[in-house]
Amino acid sequence: MKDKNRFNNISLIIIVATIVGLFIANRTLDDYKLRIINLCGIYITLGLSMNLINGFTGLFSLGHAGFMAIGAYTVAILTMPVPMKEMNFFMKPMVPFLANLEWSFLPALLMAGIMAGIFGFLIGAPVLRLTDDYLAIATLGFAEIIRVVFTNTQSITNGALGLKGIPNNTNVWWSWGIGLLTIGFMVFLMDGSYGKAFKAIREDEIAARSMGINLFKHKVMSFTFGSFLAGIGGGLLAALLGTIDPNMFRITLTFNILLIVVLGGLGSIKGSVISAIIVTVMMEALRFLDESINLGFVQLKGVPGMRMVVFSIILMVVVIFRKEGLLKES
Amino acid sequence: MGNLNFLQHLANGISLGSLYALIAIGYTMVYGILRLINFAHGDIFMLGAYITYYGILFTSIPWWLVFIFASIFTGFIGLLLEKIAYRPLRESPRITILISAIGASFFLQNFGIVVFGGRPKAFPVPNILNKVIRLGGVSVGIVTFVIPTVTIILLLGLTYFITKTKTGMAMRALSKDYETASLMGIDINRIISITFFIGSFLAAVGGVMWGTKYPQLMPLMGVMPGLKCFIAAVIGGIGNITGAVIGGFILGLGEILLIAFLPNLTGYRDAFAFVLLIIILLVKPTGLMGEKITEKV
Repeated sequence: MKDKNRFNNISLIIIVATIVGLFIANRTLDDYKLRIINLCGIYITLGLSMNLINGFTGLFSLGHAGFMAIGAYTVAILTMPVPMKEMNFFMKPMVPFLANLEWSFLPALLMAGIMAGIFGFLIGAPVLRLTDDYLAIATLGFAEIIRVVFTNTQSITNGALGLKGIPNNTNVWWSWGIGLLTIGFMVFLMDGSYGKAFKAIREDEIAARSMGINLFKHKVMSFTFGSFLAGIGGGLLAALLGTIDPNMFRITLTFNILLIVVLGGLGSIKGSVISAIIVTVMMEALRFLDESINLGFVQLKGVPGMRMVVFSIILMVVVIFRKEGLLKES
Repeated sequence: MGNLNFLQHLANGISLGSLYALIAIGYTMVYGILRLINFAHGDIFMLGAYITYYGILFTSIPWWLVFIFASIFTGFIGLLLEKIAYRPLRESPRITILISAIGASFFLQNFGIVVFGGRPKAFPVPNILNKVIRLGGVSVGIVTFVIPTVTIILLLGLTYFITKTKTGMAMRALSKDYETASLMGIDINRIISITFFIGSFLAAVGGVMWGTKYPQLMPLMGVMPGLKCFIAAVIGGIGNITGAVIGGFILGLGEILLIAFLPNLTGYRDAFAFVLLIIILLVKPTGLMGEKITEKV
């Protein structure tokens, strides 16, 4: 009991420190740096949501980009002002039912999560009967289908042209507020009986089943929660960037989140949070690899794509030499 | 739609189907032995096409010899990939090795962008293959016939290798029962290397022929065919080579005929394979030719 109190005190201190830090950052930093801080918060949510499915429950899902796309498009369509929609949909008018909607950010964001959650449930229910590799390829397939559908439904999503001028509602309070909420939710969930059931399924499905755990129910539940959070993350991302198009949501995006989860250690909340911040900052910091740099006396030519080469090498080195992830203490 | 038109689509479907079949075999062989989705297989296919491109451009070797050398060379790259990315993880949980495969795939794609450049390159198609012949009103490029022919020859060779040679037998033994086979004195590492070599070689042949049919090379060109061919392997029953070939043809023909008969759905072309995959997984998860696997405690 005493230990638990101490733990609570420490987390309280961390939360307060984060809030103070964000307050100062919000006042002093320029837009570019604030954007990176926002991205950190969003990637915490996304990393944890993938860790819930892949790390804690041991389901290998690669459908994250698809659920993010659903969330992002939901927020974009619901929050965009009516005149802006008319400007965007010049190829083909938007369906009237959506064209005249204008919601505020919070309900739109919730709706993003709910939509992604519903899709997660609908997709999960049939697909989760499959074992790991089949599941990976089926979820990947779903993400691709969602992308293809969004590219083709001109009157709902504006197709390949994408949506521009989404109100920039995301600020550090939103992104980190939801990040912190997600952390709290995950800690709470993992301490409870559901979390224990998830972990039991990860460790040994057959043993879990013989202990009376309803495999299917828990798998679908984990998958739906994960999709819900991914949808919210996608919605935050859309409101941060202001522009989205279907090609943003390729498997590359899923890969970035997988990188966070693997570096932080599968099944580690702390690890995912720290590695979300590190990976996001590194992605920006290593941008110089893609661009030319002038060192005064010598001009180094950047090579586009080099950044991702470095990241894929990091991922493989971590997977091969340190299977528990970089941050997880062994 | 006229009959002639239909024949033309059929010919195109068959040649696309044979390309898919060639790539799908690599997936199915690796999966049969290691139970691993080799995500990087599609990128090996891409490398095969690019290596041929540079071979034709920078050497004066006749093109058909370049085709052969490039495919063999790519086969060795596949072998190397297994040594670096998969062998150290053979005893680890499957999710780890799957992540390593995704990492390898990403590495190869971005390596391609860095080394070959992001812009599409025009594949130098040999003149002989560029000819168009007219058969009773249907005009079909000669590649459309060359591709299925090469595929059939390679398939016959592979079938002979798998069923008649000692190495082929060892391969079958490994995919039946990994542990027992290793107890029987089969050199696992050697067999796995050979499997990767053959799979990558076939993917490279597929890549080269893809280049002659759709002469535009891009570093990310392997992603979609890679995914689709894995789907083809699953449809046919993963681990089963005949199944992979059948799956490849179903997918190739289906895709072309879908566009031919329902032009409205052209935009959904890439989704077709995935929809088919999900239907198959729900109806018959072991695929058309797959055997039922029982879960052991």
